[in-house]
Amino acid sequence: MTAALALGDDALVLSHRLGEWAGHAPVLEEEVALANIALDLLGQARVLLSLEGDEDELAYLREERAFRNVQLVEQPNGDFAHTIARQLFFSAYQELLYGQLASEGRSAFAPVAAKAVKEVAYHRDHAEHWTLRLGDGTPESHERMQRALDTLWRYTGELFEPVEGLPVDWTALRDGWLTTVTDVLARATLTLPAGPQLGAWTAGAGRQGIHTEPFGRMLAEMQHLHRSHPGATW
Amino acid sequence: MTTTAPEAGALEAVFDAAVAADERVEPRDWMPDAYRATLVRQIAQHAHSEIIGMQPEANWITRAPSLRRKAILMAKVQDEAGHGLYLYSAAETLGTSREELLDKLHSGRQRYSSIFNYPTLTWADVGAIGWLVDGAAITNQVPLCRCSYGPYARAMVRVCKEESFHQRQGYELLLALSRGTEAQHAMAQDAVDRWWWPSLMMFGPPDDESAHSAQSMAWKIKRHSNDELRQRFVDICVPQAESLGLTLPDADLRWNEQRGHYDFGPIDWDEFHEVLRGNGPCNDQRLAQRRRAHEEGAWVREAAAAYAARHGEASA
Repeated sequence: MTAALALGDDALVLSHRLGEWAGHAPVLEEEVALANIALDLLGQARVLLSLEGDEDELAYLREERAFRNVQLVEQPNGDFAHTIARQLFFSAYQELLYGQLASEGRSAFAPVAAKAVKEVAYHRDHAEHWTLRLGDGTPESHERMQRALDTLWRYTGELFEPVEGLPVDWTALRDGWLTTVTDVLARATLTLPAGPQLGAWTAGAGRQGIHTEPFGRMLAEMQHLHRSHPGATW
Repeated sequence: MTTTAPEAGALEAVFDAAVAADERVEPRDWMPDAYRATLVRQIAQHAHSEIIGMQPEANWITRAPSLRRKAILMAKVQDEAGHGLYLYSAAETLGTSREELLDKLHSGRQRYSSIFNYPTLTWADVGAIGWLVDGAAITNQVPLCRCSYGPYARAMVRVCKEESFHQRQGYELLLALSRGTEAQHAMAQDAVDRWWWPSLMMFGPPDDESAHSAQSMAWKIKRHSNDELRQRFVDICVPQAESLGLTLPDADLRWNEQRGHYDFGPIDWDEFHEVLRGNGPCNDQRLAQRRRAHEEGAWVREAAAAYAARHGEASA
């Protein structure tokens, strides 16, 4: 596995999930915000995949087992709380990861990370504000937000499995992430989930190309048109 | 305080003189009730069209055939949500609220553009919408940049800049298909065949059947008649279709030397009226999705309001 694929696939897959919200968001401002985040992530994906090869070949012609994204980002949108919980977990991770990569001069990822870190800080801020509103909003929103956090918690352990070729201090990343998430959840009157951070899969399953069932269906939709016209340019 | 008749007459004279002098009417200025009502109706319908118009294009976001096209389409749909926001804000300066207008949309008391009741069946439809639908919208909206009501005119300046960009991207998408494989070319032609006539209907009924036209022109809300704008659009599109290497589905389309315009065939006004009556291919589906998004989002909006009330934050 290469590091560019791992980071690029994370961004590509989460961008796709967020794109599914278009026309379905709870308020117009969120139509704009979710599309904005999806676009930032797609931009990151294109740069990262291009470091590895042709962006469209990589996005549209690989099968499920060749994708290297973490399982967290492929999880279906669910309700708005589910989408926000996924975004909080992932953007807090991306912010710290890109922060380290941007300051790591030797890394080929430093220039990409330096640009992306500004975007993901905004994504984290957006997810954080919604976590506060939903957690400390109504009893219903509190319950939905807590359920979303509990459901997705088992996919967070994989975020800290070392990726070969990324000069990152993974222990510091994990500690920083836990501090951020713990702080936000406390302010949102939510409880840090108690279950294991890894599900039944071995550590780093997504990074090894072992994905969850909804992912294959997502790829079928994403790749269908491109695969129907082999060799065509668009 | 009630305005007495002579005062109302004087206010109306000031208003008429301002409109005649091409001055902008602003939110705090006196304006006739009917002018206010016409603008609320038109701006709301315009805003609703942006919001409903996200659906046919968003239908293809998850299937866009390249990452570049996907990014362009996402950005476009995002812009449409933004245009909806500008336009609801412009409508709110007239004393209504976004909630009230959305309620009217959801209950079918206010309309949106008939064009968005047609389905996007292939990827090429995304290009046809950009080229033809956005092209027709721009032809309609550029004169609105000089509309007598200031907030609407200023919103239109911003909207038109972004729409022109989308239109060029739609044209470029079709050009890539037209010059691509045989299957891609056929896909592009099929899309243009299906979107051409509905796009011509976007200019509204013919001048002799247009209920609001005369008054709107007198108030300088509208600057040109429906038929004038439709003709302008046809004249622009014919050469563009030629450069695209695509044909327009009208056997009667030909240059008229005498008029200096293209003649074109009769529009199927029965179809237009059916779509307006709610019997187009996607009317039910579009409204149902909009209502569902709103209803399913209710708990989110309630949470934001409860949080804001508790923490003194501006509501989301």
